[in-house]
Order: sequence, then structure tokens, then C-alpha cells
Amino acid sequence: MRAFPVGDDALLVEVASGEQAQALHAELLRRRAEGSLAVREIVPAARTVLLDGLADPVRWASELTSSEVPPAPPRARELIELPVRYDGPDLAEVAAHWKVSEHEVARIHAGTEFTVAFCGFAPGFGYLTGLPARYDVPRRATPRTAVPAGAVALAGPYTGVYPRSSPGGWQLIGTAEAVLWDHARVPAALLSPGARVRFVPVGDA
Amino acid sequence: MTDRALVVVRAGALTTVQDRGRPGYAHLGVPRSGALDPQAAALVNRLAGNPPDAAVLETTLNGCALRPRSTVTVAVGGAPCPVTVGGRPAAWGAPVVVPAGALLEVGAAAAGVRAYVAVSGGIAVEPVLGSRATDLLSGLGPAPLTDGTVLPLGIPAGPPARVDAVPHPCPPAELVLRVTLGPRDDWFTARAVRDLTTRAYRVSSASNRIGLRTEGPALERARTGELPSEGMVLGAVQVPPDGRPVVFLADHPTTGGYPVIAVVRAADLPAAAQAVPGTPVRFVAVRRR
Repeated sequence: MRAFPVGDDALLVEVASGEQAQALHAELLRRRAEGSLAVREIVPAARTVLLDGLADPVRWASELTSSEVPPAPPRARELIELPVRYDGPDLAEVAAHWKVSEHEVARIHAGTEFTVAFCGFAPGFGYLTGLPARYDVPRRATPRTAVPAGAVALAGPYTGVYPRSSPGGWQLIGTAEAVLWDHARVPAALLSPGARVRFVPVGDA
Repeated sequence: MTDRALVVVRAGALTTVQDRGRPGYAHLGVPRSGALDPQAAALVNRLAGNPPDAAVLETTLNGCALRPRSTVTVAVGGAPCPVTVGGRPAAWGAPVVVPAGALLEVGAAAAGVRAYVAVSGGIAVEPVLGSRATDLLSGLGPAPLTDGTVLPLGIPAGPPARVDAVPHPCPPAELVLRVTLGPRDDWFTARAVRDLTTRAYRVSSASNRIGLRTEGPALERARTGELPSEGMVLGAVQVPPDGRPVVFLADHPTTGGYPVIAVVRAADLPAAAQAVPGTPVRFVAVRRR
């Protein structure tokens, strides 16, 4: 575990893997909940957790790096099920990368339990991990100028669902009906870091 | 009942509703947003008799024109600019009464970029996640103003400030940004770090509420490859593939994959928000506090 002060009041803690980042994130949330960590933002990402709005980043850097990466947290209780139609325009391309049929892509994807590793890009956009590394896919060479809301997409090791229409370079494999982000709802984001997610095929796919 | 509302007669180049933003949701991908020059926003609120977190208008370069439907007290600050009420010159940086139906003109900035307009009672659009700020990156909060927009106003909290003159920082002729190095300065050559902190940059016209873009020497990477996405802070100096540093402002993305070579001190960011394109920029390395 390494820790880099970021400006005067933030700390970026880096670990070796996404799993470790999720475990560290859970541990830091626990410390904040018990009152031993006063911080404005705890932002998990691919290999890091950012603590922003932290009174003494240098002290926290030495405290965190002198301890082991915490063990993986217990699984979140709730499993969020997202109905999906596997009808994306890049399904054939993903099938070619995976060297399976389009039907198999849907079967493998729907048979995987995902975890929201972190959020970013847009409010409510989660980076979901869970697929084995052999199913990593590259981004599209040319991003689309408009990806529709609800598009289920793959890039690198991640699956994501676009909360609203936006430009995007991910490979689109399906469509989800769920409202990923609604700022009038509590909570506004359907998917938040640490949540468990499963895609449930609907329709003819 | 008095109609407490404000009609936007001329929206200007880009006028948005701003307050202190919505910190605390970065883990969901929600930018902090809020006034780019928070000191100026707080000052005009105080002058207009509002609490510091009341929503104000943030204009860009060429001001705006507003017609209140009831008599209000306003205060204009931030970038210095001419102010008129009903065609007659009125004070900048002081409380001004605008009678119901009179036209308030906030003119083009004589210096700086962003003027702030506080109206007694505050702009009372519906808050989103605790803030009324327009976030141009993610689209949260009210849309940028257009001609004809009608904005609701809140109930005034107190009397306007009784002042003759208030001190205000002048928009910078040269923007000096103190930076602490890191977290990813090791992704750059020693020469790039030296270039950043010794050579001359200028504010690019591509700057916006998301970031202050610069023109100047490209910073050379010491390592290739992609940095996995990581959390970003306000003031982060991110270096995209073209090598020109970008200073993240209020609407910055919450995570990013380009390395951050340094971070600008928060106290220097209001000046960055007021630096017009072409302003010389110097990054000065300082020790972490």
C-alpha cells in the first residue's frame, strides 16, 4: 500500500489490485462511520481510494501505509437485479473477441455476479467488475457521439450501464430498463460502490 | 401576493445559477460544482443581505440583463463591470435597489471573466442533492439561463449590508498559481517538472467551468501507458496526451485517467476563475503545509 498526499488536504492511497481497493474502501467507510476518520469525500477507483477534505493527510499516509491491506469485506447483503435485453449493436464484435456466439455472450454475462468497483464518468455510472480477465474487451476505435440511456456496455475489465444519453466509447451489448440515476429519488444512484449486481435476461435474447 | 421572480431579459454568453455546490457525492460520480469564485459569490450575498449559501448568478465575460417582478436589493461583484438600473448608472460592489419592473443591466467585464449577481432572497430554484448550482459537466441543477427564463426568488433573510465600499481582489494581470507536486509527478521527466514550474504558460480560450486550460511547453511523460482511473481533486493539474496542463475547476470530473503532476492551492483558484484567455500563468512550486 502506498499513499500520496494530493495538495494540502487530500490523500491518494494506492493498492495492488481492484479487489484490494474495494477492501480498503470498505475499511475506510467503516472508520468514517465509527468516527475515527473525518473526511469530506471517500472516492474509490480502479487501484486507489482518494480521501479528499482530510485534516492531516501526512499523518494518515503513515498510519495507513504502516498497516496491511484490510481483508475483503463481507459481501453486500442486497443483490440488485437489472433486467436486460442483450440487443446491443456491438454484440457480434464482443462475441468475436470472446470467440463465442452472441448467445453465449449473453449467457456468460448474465451468469456473472458483478460488484460496483467505483463510480465516475457521470452521476450514477458504475464500473462493474466480475468477468474473468479473458473477457476484457478494448474500447471502440471511434467513440459514438450518442449512446442511449440504459445501454449496457463493456470496456477493459468493466461493465457499465449509461445513466443518460451521452457520448461513449464502450462496446454496447444490451439495454436495461432500470433508471440508474434519479436525483429526486433517495438514493439517487441505483448503483453505488460495493453493491452486488446481476443482469437478468428478458425478451428473446 | 408579490410575485417574487426574476425575468432574464438577456442571458449573456453563459450565465448559470451557482452556490457552494454539492460536495460529498464524488463517490457517485457527482462533481462538486458551485461558484468558481466563491469569495466573490459570498461577498455579493453579504451585500444583498443573504446568507453565504444563497444561490447567485455567475455571468461570463458579457454580463446579463434582468427584470425583477418585485422590488429587490441586488449586489454585483466579482469581475468589475458597469451596472445600470433603468438605464441609469448604479454601484458595482454595493447594495443597489431595483424597483419592480426596472431593468438591471450587468455590463461586459472591464477586467476578469465572471461577475456575480446576488438578489435579496436568493435564486430559489429547486435544489438537487442540496445545491442549486448548475453543473455543466454532468447536467445537474438548472440549465444555463436563456432569454426569457423566469427564476423564482426566495424570501429575504435580512437587510442589505450597510457599507460604503468593500475591498475586492483585482482580476490578475498575471496568474500566479502555487502548486504542490504530485501525486503523479513521477510519471513525468525531471525536465517536465522543471518546465511546469519555471516556464511561461498562458490561459487558453478553451477554458471553462470544468478546467482552466493552458498553452505553453508540452510536458513530457517519463512513462507510457495508461493510468487506471483515480479520484480527482479541485485544483488538480492534469496533463492530457497533448502535454498542456489543465487546472481542474468546480465542474471537474470526479475520476480521471490522465496523470496529475501537481495540485494548485485552493486559495489561488478564485483568481484562476477570473483570468481571461491570454493571461500569463506561472506555476510556482511550494512545499506542502
